[in-house]
Amino acid sequence: MPQRFPRNPFASSPDTAVVIPPSDKPTSRRPSTSKANRLTQFFSSSPKSKEQQSAHQALLSAVAAQQQHLLNNPSPHISAPSLSLPTISLSTAKAGEANMDEPPTTLFQPPSIAEAKRQARVDAQFGPLGSQNHRYVSKHMGAELEEPIIDEPPYYYLLTTYISYLVLIIFGHVRDFFGKRFRPDHYRHLKSANGYAALNSDFDNFYVRRLKLRIDDCFARPITGVPGRYITLMDRKTDDFNEHFQFTGTYTETLNMSSYNYLGFAQSEGPCADAVEETIKKYGISAASPRADAGTSDLALEVEDRIAKFVGKPSAMVFSMGFATNATSFPALVGKGCLIISDELNHASIRIGARLSGAMISSFKHNDMGDLEKKLRESISQGQPRTHRPWKKILVVVEGLYSMEGTMCNLPGLLKLKKRYKFHLFVDEAHSIGALGPRGRGVCDYFGIDPAEVDILMGTLTKSFGANGGYVAAEKHIIDKLRATNAGTIYGESPTPPVLMQILSALKIIAGELNPGQGEERLQRIAFNSRYLRLGLKRLGYIVYGHDDSPIIPIVLYNPAKMPAFSHEMLRRKISVVIVGYPATPLISSRARFCVSAAHNKDDMDRLLAACDEIGNVLQLKFSTGIAGGAEHLPDGVTPEMEKEWQKANGLQGVVKPPRWSLREIIANGVQDVKQPLR
Amino acid sequence: MDFQALPNLAVRSVGFVLLSLQKVPGSTIVERYIRSSHQNDPIRSAIEFVLFLLFIPYLTASSYSTKTNFLDLTEDAIDELVAEWTPDPLVDPLTELEVAMNEKQLVIVGGTGPRCKLTNGCTVMNFASYNFYNFAGNEHIKQNAIETLRKYGVGPCSAPQFYGTQDVHMETEAKIASFIGTEACILYAHALSTITSVIPSFAKRGDIIVADKAVNYAIRKGLQICRSKIRWYEHNDMEDLERVLQKVTKESKTLTRRLVVTEGLFETIGDTIDLPKIVELKLRYKFRLILDETWSFGVLGRTGRGVADSQSIDLTQVDMIIGSLSGPLSAAGGFCAGTHDVVQHQRVASTAYTYSSAMPAILTTTARETIKNTAVMRAQIAKCDWVYSTSVPENPMQLLVLKPDIIKGHDLSIAKQEQILQECVGEVLANNVLITRLKSMPQIQNTTVREQGWQLQPALKVCITTGLAKKDIEKAGVVIRQAIAKVLKKRMSSKLALPNGT
Repeated sequence: MPQRFPRNPFASSPDTAVVIPPSDKPTSRRPSTSKANRLTQFFSSSPKSKEQQSAHQALLSAVAAQQQHLLNNPSPHISAPSLSLPTISLSTAKAGEANMDEPPTTLFQPPSIAEAKRQARVDAQFGPLGSQNHRYVSKHMGAELEEPIIDEPPYYYLLTTYISYLVLIIFGHVRDFFGKRFRPDHYRHLKSANGYAALNSDFDNFYVRRLKLRIDDCFARPITGVPGRYITLMDRKTDDFNEHFQFTGTYTETLNMSSYNYLGFAQSEGPCADAVEETIKKYGISAASPRADAGTSDLALEVEDRIAKFVGKPSAMVFSMGFATNATSFPALVGKGCLIISDELNHASIRIGARLSGAMISSFKHNDMGDLEKKLRESISQGQPRTHRPWKKILVVVEGLYSMEGTMCNLPGLLKLKKRYKFHLFVDEAHSIGALGPRGRGVCDYFGIDPAEVDILMGTLTKSFGANGGYVAAEKHIIDKLRATNAGTIYGESPTPPVLMQILSALKIIAGELNPGQGEERLQRIAFNSRYLRLGLKRLGYIVYGHDDSPIIPIVLYNPAKMPAFSHEMLRRKISVVIVGYPATPLISSRARFCVSAAHNKDDMDRLLAACDEIGNVLQLKFSTGIAGGAEHLPDGVTPEMEKEWQKANGLQGVVKPPRWSLREIIANGVQDVKQPLR
Repeated sequence: MDFQALPNLAVRSVGFVLLSLQKVPGSTIVERYIRSSHQNDPIRSAIEFVLFLLFIPYLTASSYSTKTNFLDLTEDAIDELVAEWTPDPLVDPLTELEVAMNEKQLVIVGGTGPRCKLTNGCTVMNFASYNFYNFAGNEHIKQNAIETLRKYGVGPCSAPQFYGTQDVHMETEAKIASFIGTEACILYAHALSTITSVIPSFAKRGDIIVADKAVNYAIRKGLQICRSKIRWYEHNDMEDLERVLQKVTKESKTLTRRLVVTEGLFETIGDTIDLPKIVELKLRYKFRLILDETWSFGVLGRTGRGVADSQSIDLTQVDMIIGSLSGPLSAAGGFCAGTHDVVQHQRVASTAYTYSSAMPAILTTTARETIKNTAVMRAQIAKCDWVYSTSVPENPMQLLVLKPDIIKGHDLSIAKQEQILQECVGEVLANNVLITRLKSMPQIQNTTVREQGWQLQPALKVCITTGLAKKDIEKAGVVIRQAIAKVLKKRMSSKLALPNGT
């Protein structure tokens, strides 16, 4: 299997280097990390190719990998999970450390082929940390949450985007016109026949039929195996323009920039999986009953207790599905005579829950505290429509981290308003729990706010914890009421024991009770990766949405045709990305989204940046001014205090040079620059 | 001369005005428009002129709010109102029953099974789980699950439309489809959300849904969230169904989507439907049928394929079948099976969200064992003077309700009945048998027009499992019978005489 991804010669350059010395030619130097990186990638290809790999190669690469682990030994303080178990550590350190008590001569002894294969498998799920420097603490600095800097695209791109959609729509109608006459079979579900009305509305279906179908091969790509650092796609082809797909029977292992595997807990080996296996043996697979009947096990209570402690609330309850958590808890909280004010970009589950509750729903502009205040003043002063009776209660619903925007909610701003307007606050931490904050405890942790100030903290366990389900955490009396009045408890299935155990062990790792040090490493790695990749993309010239610390990194593509092109180009370089277009986003701002994980390391980020650099040139995606990426560094010997004088001396006064960075500079400076405020 | 000069002057001045008008840019267009619209009809031009005059004040008028009944308040007044406003607490205080329920919540230690251990140390016979076939503890299935875990991890970490579709999902979908004999099938991650999501993805504004009055909570929520017109028919009353269908067909002039929604085995009553009759009616009146087989899939029929299997109906006649994998199959999630078109549409329009759980792919166990056990339990219940079972004999989930003459005789309200039944559950548990009560969603906040008209009958829920021997079931049946008698006698004797016959 040929490795088609671009080899990045200066991947993982020494972190101490702020500026690359001029002698540092990319081709002349091959740092050992880069070698290991390539080999691990080579190694971690699909099982098929693994079989074909000669033992010799495996041996060689294993030696290199082993040396690499020892050289870079990133977390010496982390102890191996358990030496007796033939399992695998999550970070590379431990693989090396397993040999620590043996004589030093064995340190460089090549491991067996099986050992090397296993290591490669582990690395494919959770990448080794390149250096201790590649960590960062996710924490909010300063009082006000600033809006991210977003450049306006040139009008050329806006205009061509509109024209593209127009052309697509016209073509669609022309095809429909002829299609309906010459191939009526294909339109069977859109026509009433035989006295039955059409199954789907022709108009509603137009977008799916004529626009989405064209790029359907970029969606719902089937996978197999663990969606960890790498993800294995099942190759498929189509003979009829994406109507049907045939599997070719081959697999492609790609870098996974698509899963919400924030903390890298999607693993089939390691302490979590071991605990889950034990649980299956002991508890079976299912509780086979709703919570309220006979579905409450000691395990469920333990998990609830843990979650409550983790998010900093007195009480919590778990559900078996994140979507259902929202859909069933709103009706238990609000009802007739109540008002829900919801952020306009809130997730569909919140909308469904809100609609099911029977309360009035109003929305405010995304993250716009001014607009929220206006809405609050209006609704409190006007009362309920027609009767003008005062609202029973007002529930403001926001998400901690928005999955399509990468923005965080302005929690300090919301709490300021909450004090004055006395509304109840519901924060959906589906994406932020685990992914934000120095201790991974979500937005409250990130902003350094006492969780008691937020009434209800809801979140999912699907994403950061690699499990499934959701939770609601609040004061005890609220949870008690929810338990008694919530459809999810009364009718919904209970979370299954294996899933509960996955949550429990993930929480233990984050809290540092299981494998101390590893949870912290995971949290700091995702924070570093997020900032590093985001900064790199901004400096390449992409328009990047969202706040700096968010692990969701959307880049705007604008023209609809660039969506499949970007996805295909990335797939060619063996990187899987998610592309999103209308109706999930506004019509013009179709985008690609990268989800950063703790399972990635800096080499992966560099590989992605290199790919983005090439693709950006081909597809004309670098439209930003570059302001968001910060000004260029001052030359050597010039300090920020001297900047003015230096500018004067060089005749640069008043000149604002739009910063454009080359890939080389970005990689060389990235590690340093993510840790300090931008100029 | 003056008189002669006057028209002359007028003509000249008009000519001047026209000339100067012509110099205004765009005037030729206006002129051409007026000429073409005039069409030798001055009245027409006059009307247009009047319209034009009316248009000017409309354009120049200041904008106004379209909100009627809007109070114009000063900022100070608003501040005052804001300061005055005191919201209700987020939740109401718990009711007595709710407190009791939360306190008495049973916690099982270890895995569930036909016999399970509680936190108080007792080992009880479990008649409360939907573990009819005892798959929850099946070693073979456990082994499969562990293998899957080692290959796939636990969570798929992504939505199915992105990279969350795993090959096991597709396999499972294909297996279910071929098992029940439909073209295609789609998996959902949560059984309760399945039908709540399926209904609104098809039924839109203007469509008509005819539903049984006794359908379960999930269907109700699905009906509530879709914007279609809902018509109810009396529970399992085929004549009433025909009447409603006739009425709907007669009333609606345009052809809209029409759906019948019902359950295979009713969750709240336990009885089954007359599927051949429903299919006949739906075909006659050209309705589509959504059949919720949450409780009948894997339970009814010779091979467990559900109500259609047991009543020998061709499944292609049912447009959509919704089933649960979380009950008898002891896995998780739900599914919707139907034709390709039906399934494909949901992938886009519905909130499908799959879940990677190893589940028994093919259900090979027949329901015979359970039915035998169920018969034993029913024999015991029949001897009881206080309650009777509303469930059909094939249903492993037996619902026991208080006899109507008792309710009437003692004037028991719904809440009273719930209390009595809750006491029964406690009494039965004291004898180491775990049963539960059919729970209804509290009607506190969410009663809407769409939901009214059906009052849930409080009932005891006894779930039979193959994991227990006939002798045990018989014993449990006796325990339940005696416990009910004890509770009710105690209750009644304090107020009234015993009902006749005891």
